[in-house]
Amino acid sequence: MTTPTMQTAQQAKTGRKRRIRGDGVWGYAFIAVALLVYAMFTAYPVVSAFFISFQHYKPLGSTFTGFDNYAATFRDPLFWKSIRNTLLYTVLTVPVALVLSFCVAILILPLKRRLQTTFKAIYYLPVVASGVALSVVWLWIFDPMPAGIFNRFIAVVGAHNQNWLGSSATAMFSLVIMAWLSSHGASIIIYLAALLGVDESYYEAAELDGATFLQKLWHIVIPFLKPTTLFLLVTGVIGSFQVFQNAFLMTGGGPDNATTMVGLLIFNNAFKYFEYGKAAAQSLILAVIIAGISLFQFKFLGKDVEY
Amino acid sequence: MALYRKHIGRRSTRRIRNAAIIVILLLFAAATLFPIYFMIISSFGDPVEAAAMSYSLWPGKISFASYQFFFDYSTYSLRWIGNSALVAGSVMITNVAFASLAGYAFSRIRFKGRSILFSLLLCAMMIPYQVTQVPLYILIVNTFHIQNTYGALILPGVVTVYNIFLAKQFMSTIPNEILECAKVEGCNQLQIYLRIVLPLSKTVLAVMAILTFMDSWNTFFWPFLVTNTMDMQTIQVGLKNFRFANTTYFAPMMAGATVSALPMFILFFSLQKYFLEGVTVGAVKG
Repeated sequence: MTTPTMQTAQQAKTGRKRRIRGDGVWGYAFIAVALLVYAMFTAYPVVSAFFISFQHYKPLGSTFTGFDNYAATFRDPLFWKSIRNTLLYTVLTVPVALVLSFCVAILILPLKRRLQTTFKAIYYLPVVASGVALSVVWLWIFDPMPAGIFNRFIAVVGAHNQNWLGSSATAMFSLVIMAWLSSHGASIIIYLAALLGVDESYYEAAELDGATFLQKLWHIVIPFLKPTTLFLLVTGVIGSFQVFQNAFLMTGGGPDNATTMVGLLIFNNAFKYFEYGKAAAQSLILAVIIAGISLFQFKFLGKDVEY
Repeated sequence: MALYRKHIGRRSTRRIRNAAIIVILLLFAAATLFPIYFMIISSFGDPVEAAAMSYSLWPGKISFASYQFFFDYSTYSLRWIGNSALVAGSVMITNVAFASLAGYAFSRIRFKGRSILFSLLLCAMMIPYQVTQVPLYILIVNTFHIQNTYGALILPGVVTVYNIFLAKQFMSTIPNEILECAKVEGCNQLQIYLRIVLPLSKTVLAVMAILTFMDSWNTFFWPFLVTNTMDMQTIQVGLKNFRFANTTYFAPMMAGATVSALPMFILFFSLQKYFLEGVTVGAVKG
């Protein structure tokens, strides 16, 4: 027994269903290429990396070796050294980049719109230059001869000539300096956008209470920008853990593996020694480390961050 | 802007404050721009071996001999630029087309498995590229046998998850009424996408196009892995080879670096607005 109203309701329901199903076909058609590319060049490689990591890989007939690649990695002192190098590089570069870009954004803030844009463009410019081009330039800036730019610069301060990239004592530090003086353009722009989003009324209220500039900075700006800082911190650390190009192009990981970072170690194992299994195992370890650190940052720093 | 006191007393005090700020900002700018400045002025030097010269921080004379030297290194030097432009251009077009299609579908069309598929895609953004590099290399070289072809350079980058995410984020802000109206008028999804969604998303797609082009132009790692003859290399790989073949030629190396960076500088200065917008588009909302 169906009343007319129920009938129409049912009709409407099937009608909607048909329309949704009709749209569904469009939906699948629209994502088809994206899905295919994703399946072939991301999903399949990830699964494949997992299998390769348990094998001694050879193009014709690999042999299954269980956890050998993982065990060998954890026994390898070079792996631990590369982790140490990566951590050192991250600790020395990421916080400095955050502080620098925060300060610059604060300084840009009171300027007129047009000046703000000009400075944003200036600071962003190095981002558009390719990493290879910049590495070539920095190679010469770090020229070990007394005529080298950096040697001349420290000579002014009274320091001695250094074999910047060629000595294991200074090679890592040289890469860190390069990171410090490379572009912070993106972070500056992101910080500035967040700063412009702070509601005026907070400042006005603080001013009525007689707050100084530093008090406003500490009690309003820094808490308000916490999500932005967290975002930049997490992406910065993730990027830093995958760093490869500068070490590869400038020092090749040397001297004495002083600048071999995990990204470079994996590259060398894969494409220098053709140890695909070992490289795959190490890349998965790296993925776990990165996921762990990101989770840790969100958990402990993001406690009172609302999204 | 009231982080700074508006009524700071006399106007001259404010002027001095702003001037001090600008001086600090300019000093920082000088430090970050120095490598680029050094690169460009040094590229006009003579192509002599570095041991015989010291670097000058001021442009002494302007000679294009080092550029000549760079382009004479390989018969394919000009082709490197062409290759880079071809690969970056193709990747740019496919990304805009397919990421906008997928972004629209994921944000506006209801179909079964939509949210699961989208979360699967997002997972990919958390995986470091080192994980996929070896299997991807094996796939391209040993399975597809397309090493050293444009296909190898372009295919893995046809559409990136980041761009899909960007498109989806923007398209979910388009008011529902507009799309409903079109549906009532009898538009099918393809027509809605072509006539309504695309025109409304012009800005975000321009940002996507530019950033994708830039990323592809500047990428070194993948072209370095899958090309092995000079005629297929991109400008970044070519520059790296030039550097290892001519380790002492300072000015030509700088000329090469300038050649590889100059197209992006030109693009940046002509489309600056989109570049700067692109930085915040992906970050602030996320």
